[in-house]
Amino acid sequence: MVRWTDKERSTIRALWEQINIDEIGPEALRRVLIVYPWTERYFGTFGDIFTVTAILQNSKVAAHGKVVLKAVGQAVENMDNIKDTYATLSRLHYEKLHVDPDNFRLLADCITIAVACKLRSALDPQAQAVWQKFLSAVVDAMSSQYY
Amino acid sequence: MLSKTEKELIVEIWERLTPVAEYIGSDALLRMFASYPGTRTLDINPGSAHLLSHGKKIVLAIAEGAKDISQLTVTLAPLQTLHAYKLRIDPTNFKLLSHCMLVTLACYLGDEFTPVAHAAMDKYLSAVAAVLAEKYR
Ligand code: HEM
Ligand code: HEM
Ligand code: HEM
Repeated sequence: MVRWTDKERSTIRALWEQINIDEIGPEALRRVLIVYPWTERYFGTFGDIFTVTAILQNSKVAAHGKVVLKAVGQAVENMDNIKDTYATLSRLHYEKLHVDPDNFRLLADCITIAVACKLRSALDPQAQAVWQKFLSAVVDAMSSQYY
Repeated sequence: MLSKTEKELIVEIWERLTPVAEYIGSDALLRMFASYPGTRTLDINPGSAHLLSHGKKIVLAIAEGAKDISQLTVTLAPLQTLHAYKLRIDPTNFKLLSHCMLVTLACYLGDEFTPVAHAAMDKYLSAVAAVLAEKYR
């Protein structure tokens, strides 16, 4: 289990309060598809996501980005139990979606960059460090049901 | 592979950042030290002359390499030897610094650090890292 200091908890809470799910979610998923195009293969049901313009305009990408960020919000609410919180979701990505777990880290990196573009100076080096510790816990939990 | 448009975008961004090279480079180093304590083999204080001069050199080297990416191996050859043979920097550290550099650019450029700019820069910094780590084996 990941341990958190009071300072880390308050840093995550303060960052999360400034994060607009409807903005960061779509932006993060778009970035993962644009920066790491091989991730497109998992989203066969999303229609045209084969050019930058198509990705930026695709409403299913935007909607799904919000779904993903809402799931990140559940981890913020359950910082002491991220692994159990994500058990079902992890199993879904492994058994049904067959998502290679390396992609979780790529998505986490894109979430960080999307957050950085919006929060700017609020995501200073110390805040970034805590934020990435948190996202690492999310990535580990998403990978926990893989065998 | 970087397209012509991506190469132009990369040059444009680094030319724009050259005047603030000290800030950009030291911010990226501070982020690396804060997020990956394993890289922190030296106590460097924010704003210290040492940190600023380190930061500036990194950014100038990256900006210089961007001017002709097809010649990256040649431009970075002295740094390749330095990092691989003399300093023996762990190759994974290049990835960590690249990621932190992307976060620095995102914070500095805000919405101007578009997904397209992000994709181009990620590819370019991976290429720089690959060159710097190439002589390892
Ligand atoms: C931080 C990591 C991630 C989180 C928290 C997350 C969260 C979610 C959630 C909440 C759902 C909806 C599940 C449901 O409908 O019950 C979902 C579906 C899905 N995820 Fe993820 N996900 C993550 C990473 C990824 C990655 C990296 C990929 C692929 C590159 C991916 C591909 C998919 C796909 C293809 C679906 C089904 C989409 C659909 O057809 O509606 N996920 N994810
Ligand atoms: C983990 C990373 C690093 C460590 C542990 C490190 C360590 C050191 C140490 C111990 C010194 C001597 C310090 C002194 O006497 O004040 C030094 C000097 C120097 N370092 Fe670094 N360094 C690091 C990264 C870098 C980077 C990334 C650059 C260049 C981009 C760089 C460029 C220099 C230069 C030019 C000097 C000599 C100039 C001066 O004394 O101000 N260093 N470094
Ligand atoms: C994008 C990747 C990098 C670039 C472009 C870069 C660039 C440079 C440059 C220009 C110098 C100064 C060389 C000189 O003064 O002749 C230098 C030195 C140095 N670099 Fe790097 N660097 C990178 C990554 C790293 C990483 C990841 C580390 C360690 C974690 C590192 C550690 C050092 C150290 C310790 C020195 C000091 C050498 C000395 O003066 O004794 N560098 N680097």
